[in-house]
Amino acid sequence: MIQQAKTYDLVVIGGGNAALCAAITAAEHGSTVLILEGAPKPYRGGNSRHTRNFRCMHQEPLAVLTDRYTEEEYFEDLLKVTKGKTDEKLARVAIRGTEESYAWMEAHGVRFQPSLSGTLSLSRTNAFFMGGGKALVNAYYRTASKLGVEVMYEAQVTHLERCGNRIEAVEFTHQGRSHRLTPKAIIVASGGFQADLDWLASAWGPAAKNFLIRGTPYNKGAVLRDLLDQGAESVGDPTQCHAVAIDGRAPKFDGGIVTRLDCVPFSVVVNNAAQRFYDEGEDVWPKRYAIWGRLVAAQPEQVGYVIIDAKSLELFMPSVFPPIKADSIEELAEKLTLPPEALQNTIEEFNAACRPGQFHPTELDGLATDGISPAKTNWARPIDTPPYYGYSLRTGVTFTYLGLKVDETAQVQSAEGPIENLWAAGETMAGSILGQGYLAGFGMTIGTVFGRIAGKEAANYAKH
Amino acid sequence: MQSINVVNIDPNEAVQTIDGSMTEARRQLEVCNACRYCESFCSVFPAVNRERTFSESTITQLANLCHNCRGCHYACQYTAPHEFGINIPKVLAEVRQNSWQDNAMPAFMARAFHRSGAALAVAVVIGFALLLWLINQLPQSINANFGEGFYSQLSHNAMIAIFIPAFLLPVLAIAISVRRYWRSVGGTQLQLSHIKAALASVAKMRNLAGGSGEGCNFEDEDRFSNARRWYHQATMIGFLLCFAATSVGTLMHYLFDMQAPYPLFSLPKMLGVSGGVLLSIGTLGLGVLKLQADRDLADRRVWGGEMGFIILLFLVSTSGLALYVLAASPWLPELLAFHLGSVLAFFVLMPFSKMVHGFYRLAALLREQQLQ
Repeated sequence: MIQQAKTYDLVVIGGGNAALCAAITAAEHGSTVLILEGAPKPYRGGNSRHTRNFRCMHQEPLAVLTDRYTEEEYFEDLLKVTKGKTDEKLARVAIRGTEESYAWMEAHGVRFQPSLSGTLSLSRTNAFFMGGGKALVNAYYRTASKLGVEVMYEAQVTHLERCGNRIEAVEFTHQGRSHRLTPKAIIVASGGFQADLDWLASAWGPAAKNFLIRGTPYNKGAVLRDLLDQGAESVGDPTQCHAVAIDGRAPKFDGGIVTRLDCVPFSVVVNNAAQRFYDEGEDVWPKRYAIWGRLVAAQPEQVGYVIIDAKSLELFMPSVFPPIKADSIEELAEKLTLPPEALQNTIEEFNAACRPGQFHPTELDGLATDGISPAKTNWARPIDTPPYYGYSLRTGVTFTYLGLKVDETAQVQSAEGPIENLWAAGETMAGSILGQGYLAGFGMTIGTVFGRIAGKEAANYAKH
Repeated sequence: MQSINVVNIDPNEAVQTIDGSMTEARRQLEVCNACRYCESFCSVFPAVNRERTFSESTITQLANLCHNCRGCHYACQYTAPHEFGINIPKVLAEVRQNSWQDNAMPAFMARAFHRSGAALAVAVVIGFALLLWLINQLPQSINANFGEGFYSQLSHNAMIAIFIPAFLLPVLAIAISVRRYWRSVGGTQLQLSHIKAALASVAKMRNLAGGSGEGCNFEDEDRFSNARRWYHQATMIGFLLCFAATSVGTLMHYLFDMQAPYPLFSLPKMLGVSGGVLLSIGTLGLGVLKLQADRDLADRRVWGGEMGFIILLFLVSTSGLALYVLAASPWLPELLAFHLGSVLAFFVLMPFSKMVHGFYRLAALLREQQLQ
């Protein structure tokens, strides 16, 4: 173990959005800051690399954001997706912090762009980063560097040494050697534990081994585990996470945005026995994509198959891998390794349940099936126009919700009270606010607002 | 779980065949089209997002629309070492380069001079030697009778006899090759609005502005900078001013019987000196930036040819300025031969050098206006 001679006021663990917002804020408040980023430089930024927008309240049109989005509406949207499982105080701190954060982000190098094509429904609520989250991360690293923040890549934190209500030291490995630092304050912003499949499996059972991880392979929750083992209080349910149904051919890690499939509302989705299991047309896709990860996770082998016909091929965003194509349902079943006869029956039964009516791909059209269970309540058109197309679906986990309990100042709590020199921001404490469900762009909201709060609090602490 | 078919990327082994680059570009653009994060950087991505599948002509058009600002690359979450191995600036540069070489007439000349700075240098030396020989060969008495200043070295008529064909034939070759391009990308009848919009884009170098006006990510990884945009504009405007100076001078000579040398406060001199200064500064800047930039985000095959072209333009402008300053020097014949020789090499090689990029880019911008 090498005791680092150089001392820092603040060590920030993690190198994504929350970590950078914290580091920049602390440096601007006069702290000397070291960022310990676990990933190598090309993969720096954690899941922030894959993000694209930030959900932001505003009273009137604000740069790329149209109309208005009030605190109340924002909070109601959060209540809807979490079904009330949120900490209202913390949630309102996050929401209120967004409006002012927009200008802060721009001042620190982030550039916004109008809502991307295919995402018009988000133009009022979500501000998109020009170039996406990696461009945001790059801009923050530039800004941090100008402020004198130091960064070590491939620095894996192994242990935080807790003594009473303080963290005395940070232990980490770097280039094959162990190091020890004794900063005045520490901020944990190292994400969830979703890349640790064993941990996921301990909560989910063996099903978790079939999950794909949409983001960074470096978020294994080592620091989270270490702190929980030392009595830091946790919030959230270990099975809760942001999980969506993605293309089954996606890479095991880091597939990011392109692996999403937007065709479910126009499709029939079956499991590996070729049986339907949920209403594909329950609501518009932006409001439903986040439930399909869990739905697929509950199916045998954690796999689903989405079936469409030629009528629907161009109604959704192009997929990164081309769909499996066939001239008959039977042939499609064979290519997808589904039982052909069962799929044939399911499709025939579905087609027979479709009713005439006006089809509107972009709104709830009420075109529902009649007499089958589960029903498809919108966009139910028979699958009858060859060629037919299919995709396999897997559960893609974005981030886990089990995390560190914090107060409104982002300070980490323990059974014995707050840990006086430890703060947390981002996905590692998001479970306080997101008990379940997900609201697009809310991860970046939590990271930005609580990153800035943690940075300021830690810097003030380090001064005294 | 099905495995994905990802083309194996070895950064040291550029995808160099026409089909290879085309196939690789298609694979990468399909990833872009499912992502769309880069929509506001430039004209390429909105054009990508209009498509669901990518034909060769669409890819060629996208490649010529790309100005190699590299904003998308540094913003991309799928660049190597990610298994998707996205490198849009590089693969589009390769497709673009192939389109210039394949449409050129004759194509073998394009392949030689696009790739090799040394070949460009040899062309300059030949031009220099030719002009020097002419200056020495033509009887001094004849030359002296024809005029003063530079024309005492080489008569105006002799210069015209060399440079008119050396200019018009290459322009004709470029016109043919750009016409081939225009047809291959499905170009139709132009409207005034298309021309206005495309020229406005050129004037502002909108596609090097990085979406927010802060420029490209060229010389220092992901740092935004307008340096390349301004140097490029200095080069382009400087070149156009020099060209205007020569045109005005020729008109004055033949239409108004006003012969060089012209005083400083005359149209040809003012255009020529300001143009020469801008062209020298612009090319010097572009050359320095090119040395700093990551060569793996462009077509590696043509780095030498592109650098040679920048140096050639720099030599043309700087030697032209030197002629103005050193008109009374005993080295005048050699300097004049060098300047005219490099101008000659520049003109003759226009269809086979980076010079064509301007014509192709303009065509691509015009086509994009038609498609919007």
